[in-house]
Amino acid sequence: MMKSSVRDVGDVRVIGLEGKVTIGAGDIQLRGLIDQAIAAGRSKVLLDLAEVTHVDSSGIGEMVGCFTTLTRRGGAMKLVNLPDKINDILQVTQLITVFDVFANETEALASF
Amino acid sequence: MLYFARMAREAQLQLLSRYENIELAEQVLAELGRDGDVERETLYWVGMALREALANAIKHGNKLNPDKRVFVEMTVVPHEEVRIAIEDEGEGFDPARLTDPTDTDNLLRASGRGVFYMKSFMDTVEFRTSPRGGTRIELSKRLVARRPA
Repeated sequence: MMKSSVRDVGDVRVIGLEGKVTIGAGDIQLRGLIDQAIAAGRSKVLLDLAEVTHVDSSGIGEMVGCFTTLTRRGGAMKLVNLPDKINDILQVTQLITVFDVFANETEALASF
Repeated sequence: MLYFARMAREAQLQLLSRYENIELAEQVLAELGRDGDVERETLYWVGMALREALANAIKHGNKLNPDKRVFVEMTVVPHEEVRIAIEDEGEGFDPARLTDPTDTDNLLRASGRGVFYMKSFMDTVEFRTSPRGGTRIELSKRLVARRPA
């Protein structure tokens, strides 16, 4: 089960995720959150992963898909507050070279 | 007592092809792992591999057909090994068709990382044709023997 929170800081939508970004639930919810951001005219998204416990291959695939969708629209998707295990997964999949990753929200917001 | 401590913990499950059942299987693995003194970190990554194998069986093997089942065998031999076998009722799978998701050309693909996850988190990953005609995936992970306190 995944929970989420959404707030806007300037023109950046900050989406906090909590729990499992996994097949059949969290991955679908993530896509919905990105679709909502786009519908609201927000194409700059910061994903706060501090409370995420699991990201399976479907979840990581959805993150890649959302990254691509936003980038093609002239926006961006960046990550902040990666737990160690999620960082490990990004390292293993080499997606750490794709995503911009930040240690805190202030730095992340300043980068957009 | 020593014999009991090293006894294998085993579970066999038959699951309908629903993603919710992945959670159930992971809970059973967690129980076996705790009972078998598997370190929490190891159990996390074995659980991730189990999730991927089940997701593959449900989605690609049984094609989300709720009438088809997934057969799960889990064995924890304390301080030695975790073994998992997953069988689906699909039409089989050719692992030779897999591509490397870390290739530059594949990095931005939204799919194709499930088997890579399994291979990254386990020591061995083997594919067989099950007697039912579907795919059987066998996973194993060696456990580090803990020193007595």
